[in-house]
Amino acid sequence: MKLNYEHFQAAHCENGVTTSLLQNVGVHQITEPLAFGIGAGLFFVYIPLIKINNGPAIAFRTLPGLVFNRTCKALDIPVVRKKFSSKQKAQSYLDQCLADGHPVGCQVGVYYLPYFPKEYRFHFNAHNLIVYGKEGDNYLISDPVMETVTTMTSYELERVRFAKGALAPKGQLYYPKEGRPVTDEQIRRAIKKGIAKNVNNMLHIPGPIAGVDGIKFIAKRIKNWRDKLGLKTAGLYLAQLVRMQEEIGTGGGGFRYIYGAFLQQAHAYLPNDDLLEISNTFTQAGDLWRSAAVQASGIYKGRIGSQEDFNQMSEYLFEIAEIEKQAFTSLSKITWKP
Amino acid sequence: MKKEDVPQDLSSLGKITKEVCYATDENGKYTTQLSKGWDVKITALDAAWDDIALRVEQARQKVLNNEASPLLFFMEKALMDISILAGYTGFWKWQISRHLKPGVFKVLSDKKLQRYAEVFNVSIADLKNMSVNET
Repeated sequence: MKLNYEHFQAAHCENGVTTSLLQNVGVHQITEPLAFGIGAGLFFVYIPLIKINNGPAIAFRTLPGLVFNRTCKALDIPVVRKKFSSKQKAQSYLDQCLADGHPVGCQVGVYYLPYFPKEYRFHFNAHNLIVYGKEGDNYLISDPVMETVTTMTSYELERVRFAKGALAPKGQLYYPKEGRPVTDEQIRRAIKKGIAKNVNNMLHIPGPIAGVDGIKFIAKRIKNWRDKLGLKTAGLYLAQLVRMQEEIGTGGGGFRYIYGAFLQQAHAYLPNDDLLEISNTFTQAGDLWRSAAVQASGIYKGRIGSQEDFNQMSEYLFEIAEIEKQAFTSLSKITWKP
Repeated sequence: MKKEDVPQDLSSLGKITKEVCYATDENGKYTTQLSKGWDVKITALDAAWDDIALRVEQARQKVLNNEASPLLFFMEKALMDISILAGYTGFWKWQISRHLKPGVFKVLSDKKLQRYAEVFNVSIADLKNMSVNET
């Protein structure tokens, strides 16, 4: 059985699943940047106490599941999301969804994903993909980071849906319960709401580790990494930062650029020219994140590694924090014409 | 980032799929561009795998020196920590900490060893001898 479904490749998995599932129920206006912006996906958090793959926990985007939930909620699309304790029940529920004609988003672990290259297999459990059919024992899979569709046997799919460890998916699946046409007015409202939420997340979350403050926090720490951790571990931590920032299967997607694209697309609905200017600021932030990554790579490749190089790395992040603070402050000050 | 600056350094993923990147065109308008990979990302991944290889080797030495049970070796090899292993085997974390001691490991029942062997995809004999069948 194969549902009428068109594969969509995206820069980031959850944006891709959200966009694809919504398009599929008739929300034709939705694009990856709109889903990311309406879902207030941009974020930064550094949790020094938690280790992932022997490196610090750093995230450049909001918690898994929120982009889909927030976007659907903002557009008044009811959502079904389920977790399972039994593998059999998880599979039969999935089969029922397919029989009812719903392509389904699944949260999975990447470690056992058969079509990923070995180098990319880590115990990372917040990857998202769509199951859109079943032929014999093979599930038809649309993974938004891949150019083309793929398949998994029922055993392979079960293994990734029941991956263990942090953020264990527990067979989690989700889909829009029903399709409803969405008006441009609804999109306008959703954009404003998404921006407000993102401003709040980046500027006003209390505590030092999240949002713009979190970028400053890690910037301060990085200065001391060389002395505190030694050059080798400090290099590995920086490699982790880069992987979380850029790499598929961990987070990735150049989120600052996607947010820049979001603001441009938002301008088509809400023609306030400040949006275009702030979009440029995010492009600038994205470029600086990439410069910082190049600096980090110099250190983990062992090409550079003096305290001066760590100070420079730290300076990049302070500069980014300042730029993003300015960008979100400008966003918070926009007065929308009625 | 400008569209023409989107890096095209072939990565192991790039051989399987290209990745979508958002970048600006000549008018500053955002569009998408496919990338085969980026050297900075590729080497970050290499650094992580070099570290894993080192940890596996250190674990092997510890087992040979009778400082840890072979579970440590297989755990590092599977990129797991105690809590992930607890998730996959159904043992409690404190039980796994005990099983990591060579003395305790030696007297584990075959039934318990089987649970580990399944997760690491080896036989009980291989588990004890620290031998790996690379497939």
